[in-house]
Amino acid sequence: MSGFDARPRVRVPRTASVDEVVLVRTLINHPMENGHRIDTDGNTVPRHIINRFTCTFNGETVIDMEIEPSLSANPFIEFEARVPESGEFAFTWLDDDGSVYEDSASITVG
Amino acid sequence: MISRREFLQASLAASALLGVQGGWSRVAAQQSLHQDDLLQFDTFGNVSLIHITDIHAQLKPVWFREASVKLGAAPVRGQPPHLVGQDFLAHYGLDATSAMAHALTHDDFVALGQAYGRMGGMDRVATVVNAIRADRPDALLLDGGDTWHGSMTALRSNGQDMVNVMNALGVDAMTSHWEFTLGADRVDEIVSDLPFAFLGQNIFDTDWNEPVYDPYRLFERGGVRVAVIGQAFPYTPIANPSWMFPGLSFGIREQRMQDMVNEVRGQGADLVVVLSHNGFDVDRQMAARVQGIDVVLTGHTHDALPEPLLVGETLLIASGSNGKFVTRLDLDVRDGRMMGFRHKLIPVFADVIEPDADMAALIDAERAPYLNELTEVVGHTDSLLYRRGNFNGTWDDLICNALMVERDAEIALSPGVRWGPSLMPGDAITREDIYSMTAMSYGQVYRREMTGAELHGALEDIAENLFHPDPYFQQGGDMVRVGGLGYRIAVDAPMGERISDMVHLASGEAVDMDRAYMVAGWASVNEGTQGPQIWDVVESYIRQQGRVSVPESTNIEVVTG
Amino acid sequence: MGYSRRHTLAMGLGGLFVTVVPIRVSADAEGLIEAFTGGAEIVEGPLDISAPEIAENGNAVPVTVTCPDAKSIRILAPANPNPEVCTVHFGPLAGRHSLTTRIRMAETMDVIALAEMADGTFVQAAANVRVTIGGCGG
Repeated sequence: MSGFDARPRVRVPRTASVDEVVLVRTLINHPMENGHRIDTDGNTVPRHIINRFTCTFNGETVIDMEIEPSLSANPFIEFEARVPESGEFAFTWLDDDGSVYEDSASITVG
Repeated sequence: MISRREFLQASLAASALLGVQGGWSRVAAQQSLHQDDLLQFDTFGNVSLIHITDIHAQLKPVWFREASVKLGAAPVRGQPPHLVGQDFLAHYGLDATSAMAHALTHDDFVALGQAYGRMGGMDRVATVVNAIRADRPDALLLDGGDTWHGSMTALRSNGQDMVNVMNALGVDAMTSHWEFTLGADRVDEIVSDLPFAFLGQNIFDTDWNEPVYDPYRLFERGGVRVAVIGQAFPYTPIANPSWMFPGLSFGIREQRMQDMVNEVRGQGADLVVVLSHNGFDVDRQMAARVQGIDVVLTGHTHDALPEPLLVGETLLIASGSNGKFVTRLDLDVRDGRMMGFRHKLIPVFADVIEPDADMAALIDAERAPYLNELTEVVGHTDSLLYRRGNFNGTWDDLICNALMVERDAEIALSPGVRWGPSLMPGDAITREDIYSMTAMSYGQVYRREMTGAELHGALEDIAENLFHPDPYFQQGGDMVRVGGLGYRIAVDAPMGERISDMVHLASGEAVDMDRAYMVAGWASVNEGTQGPQIWDVVESYIRQQGRVSVPESTNIEVVTG
Repeated sequence: MGYSRRHTLAMGLGGLFVTVVPIRVSADAEGLIEAFTGGAEIVEGPLDISAPEIAENGNAVPVTVTCPDAKSIRILAPANPNPEVCTVHFGPLAGRHSLTTRIRMAETMDVIALAEMADGTFVQAAANVRVTIGGCGG
């Protein structure tokens, strides 16, 4: 791994009512090297990005996102999810280098 | 059934009948001013707002010449607040020799200054505020920001002198802009101890995009519920060094403003006041687009208007800068609605309004540690020195000359800020005067080469920030001030086509787009800028000169249409 | 960490931030739109895109796209060296079909959003965001 700590963070409500639409927000530390940056030695820094993000709830897809180099460093992704029952959100970030970063959050519905 | 707008228009007409808002123009025409006349006001309705803004840390009375060129973008040209000089006087029915002509316009500034003297001084402002509170003890005092910056004492005390003065004045709420150039940590340190609300509905953190400061505060006044929503300067991270407050994001955030208006109405607000540092044209557009705002107390652009401007059913108030004016706005709020108003832009003539003794003592105490430094005479001026308007003023030209001479540069660039008082012909130039034009937390003077094309690109970009037809795209300041360089600007042309005929003044030759020119400038928003402080550079230059005389610049040709 | 020419090539002048080197010419926006739509006609539809009028930081410009009936939404920054930003596909448990993220912008441009609707049609919206050298405000 390159010299950064890809620390995922998520924020979702702890509770909701049945079928409520809740706000889901995620952040992850990542340089998102777009492959065009020139370092101080004049060399092009190779592309190295998060290229996919997914969020599921109890195994069912909320969003699935293809990510390209023009997304900012430390990707911030905010969206809405409908929660039919209590359960767990699962989040994955896929890195160009093959790494997979994961986080989860549970919510009580009722 | 008379509509609310008709009520408000009737209020406007009634105040116009009194002469310009409350009858002082008649008094002023007699050229004999008395404190009682300046403060005279027939208390009206049930709520009073007192508005001050853009004091820029000017504790003592100042000369402040208003703009002679304040064009605005094409859609609002020729309308307030873009009227100057004779057009302004004609629009508001002011006598050209009146005190208010001196206070509000540039013509005959030097001659009228002999008759009417300096304006402002926070001890005089305190007298005005106390007098209003004697009439209406629960009047709300609202400060539009740009308060903790703009003087040597504010710079040295990290804004503490102004915090102490404003606390003593009894402010109820403020919003902000230059405050953040003290750094976010210092702002938070001050805010944690502030005995009043520090409001900004449009300030969010850059991580999670969550609000950082209170968006509004509710007050019970005159038997009704008054909501004050704060709007900080939207482009603070662009106009000023964002590295000093790296975790903060601003922006206009019009939708959230609407949400906040709805929220406070939902909480029973009878009157919704926006305390804004948007700048007048942005406020005018916001007032037209956001529903349910009764009053916008405008700031940032330093405009002073002798009567409110009505946008739909919203009153826009413009209270000037540097402590020159205090606005009193009395409102009749009934049944959850603002049904009428009485307004007065009170001119703070320093020789007429008695200083408040307690505030005068506090100001003296704040200045005492620096008094010897402040009062040291560095040189004299034989001409009026001012900075105000879209393009170079004489103070700007003096600073640019200092930059070129002291830093051995061909071209100088000085920021197009609106703050900085004037000096009269014959005045001594003290160190305090120099700081009042330059003091800031990023005053380093850099020296570097720029090609003609880079200079052209910079001027085009800044002109777009100033003359974009949509005020939401106007970024904040006036044109960058230039030394050693002439140009022609077609303000209504599209971006990339405004700036032409750039001339390198020393040689008289057209600027070569490919040649590198040595440029000196200050107030870079880049972190790590190296160089001497601008006030030291200017002081050194004025000492060498002894006496300065700066003619009005003719190096910039302005074309409209 | 920074990539835009504004960040990496900026130089200061009188309270300004200036950029000096032209960015690489991007791929044709039309081509990128066609790649998403497969050449299908773009019709009017309820797609909202919101972004600040002026970017505070060209490296991280917040953009929100919302389209209740969209299967997926693509965001393009056509003047960037890499114009593609992202494509979001909404699953069965997506709430209101909306996405907020932060994008890189090399210069002033129209940020484009394209939505593929549930019925297979395509909708487009754009927001102009100004990237300025800044400074001078006061």
